[in-house]
Amino acid sequence: MALNQASSPSFTELQALARLIRFRTVRTSHLSGTPHLGSCLSCIDLLVYFYWRVMHVNPASPKDPLRDRFILSKGHAAPALFQVLAERGFFPLRELDHYGEDGSIFGEHPPCPAHLAGIEAATGSLGHGLPMGLGMALAARIQGLNYKVYVVLGDGECNEGSVWESAMLAASQKVANLTIAVDYNKWQATGRSNDVLALAPLADKWRSFGWCVSEVDGHDLKQIDEEINAHACDERPKAIIAHTIKGRGVSFMEDDNNWHYRIPTREEVYRAAEELDIASASVDLEGRMPISHG
Amino acid sequence: MRNAFADEVTRLAHDDKRVVLLSGDIGNRLFDKLRVQSPSQFINCGVAEANMMGVASGMGLSGLRPIVYTITPFTTTRCLEQIRIDVAYHESPVIIVGTGSGLSYASLGPTHHSLEDFAIFRAIPNLQILAPWDAPSLRVLLRSALASESPSYIRIGKKGEKDLAPIETVPSIGESLWLKNGDDLCIMAVGTVASEAIAAAAMLADVGINAAAVLVHSVKPLPLNIFEEVSARFRAILTVEEHSRIGGFGEGFLAFLGSHGLQRRVETLGTNDKFMPTIGSQDFARSYFGIDAINIAKAAKRVIYKTP
Repeated sequence: MALNQASSPSFTELQALARLIRFRTVRTSHLSGTPHLGSCLSCIDLLVYFYWRVMHVNPASPKDPLRDRFILSKGHAAPALFQVLAERGFFPLRELDHYGEDGSIFGEHPPCPAHLAGIEAATGSLGHGLPMGLGMALAARIQGLNYKVYVVLGDGECNEGSVWESAMLAASQKVANLTIAVDYNKWQATGRSNDVLALAPLADKWRSFGWCVSEVDGHDLKQIDEEINAHACDERPKAIIAHTIKGRGVSFMEDDNNWHYRIPTREEVYRAAEELDIASASVDLEGRMPISHG
Repeated sequence: MRNAFADEVTRLAHDDKRVVLLSGDIGNRLFDKLRVQSPSQFINCGVAEANMMGVASGMGLSGLRPIVYTITPFTTTRCLEQIRIDVAYHESPVIIVGTGSGLSYASLGPTHHSLEDFAIFRAIPNLQILAPWDAPSLRVLLRSALASESPSYIRIGKKGEKDLAPIETVPSIGESLWLKNGDDLCIMAVGTVASEAIAAAAMLADVGINAAAVLVHSVKPLPLNIFEEVSARFRAILTVEEHSRIGGFGEGFLAFLGSHGLQRRVETLGTNDKFMPTIGSQDFARSYFGIDAINIAKAAKRVIYKTP
């Protein structure tokens, strides 16, 4: 897979890349004992889309003042983000070999930007990423810079009041260089997101808050791309309500909320590899002892 | 103090285009001059402090130097997690300003008091805690905090505070000001309540007690040089702060003495471990908690005459 240069790869290439990143995330979850696999798998297509299709970032110059910013506000999907950043060239893939070990930078949530290239915000406590992203977007306007800010939120995360505080300020300030995607997988930690707090109608909520809203299949890269392009010139902040499936890509994880916390067994990693078109020879679990932080 | 703050921010914003003031829908007309002079450098973030603090952090990480301003409880405990994570953990160069701190708004009731901010913030890494005692020291500290590029918290009063010392005598962060020398005891006072300590020293002088007075504005970093000097020169020491006696400046001094194996006669004056049950003026509230001049003078006599 040599898509590091982001030379506008095709959707077919990006789908294959998303499968590879899904597999690596599943494998790493097994080896490192890192949970939230379902939450990772539901947003990987969005991450791949933003990092290979939309954002202007240069891994060789991760602090370029003109770079686009990406914040994973649902920080518990960091295991997917780390794989994306490695594949995109922010750090060597082999650094992830020590994922979850004592002293590693790679754990359940993104660390402070000072500690890892490519990270813009240390999220993990929900409801923080959007306000910080809004501040970055406003900073572009105040300084006359042209960069854009992209934030991925969880639907469960929309429980947090700070999300809606931010939504109102972004609208009143007409922050056009801010785009969010809500990974609407219909689950949160312990139940259906619409049962825990009345979330629906989610798109209407964002619309009524003054945002330019699109609803898409969050696993359909072409559809996401069409919506992003259709609203590129809109002067409002933009929200993509991405209908997704928790655990997407691995049949026995899909829409099963046990995978919010469950760690896959060795056999499950091989089954996932098969479903994701990964040759079993490259699964490579031999000689590796899974870590348990239980 | 808040007028001096508005004036100083307006000057800073003029000289440094990175400075942006974020207000939590407060200061009606206070920032009119800034808004006319530098419209892009002022944002009213509404009554939404958690978001405001996160926005400030994002700005600080993107080349700006945001100053967040609202009434102290709402720019501290209301959005504590945003301060801890977004500002302090990220080391984003944000200046957090709490106006009407301590008992300034005694008449508004305990919802508007701030008597635990030092204690909470002392335990948060990367965050400077500053408490100017008057308008000139506020101006100096605002500039020092900006120059430090460090996350900083500045707690200020409201209006009408008397100037206690000329602006050129205000020491840098981590240092303190010897305002008055004395032999019988030393009073170290933090922030605006220092005016009560100075008045107490005058009352003590009337009865033949010669009290030294030290003005302190740095709660983190603590003024360790002054601690060394004061503990070397005095057997009787008072600390005064408009803050709970738990976890504040006074306890910081006691920890210094303890860790150096020093024994001195000390009282740490501050507010009691309770919410004030009635309203009143700031003077009334200071008297209620025993941090007014009369009660400071009484405490001074206790520490001087107490048998070690």
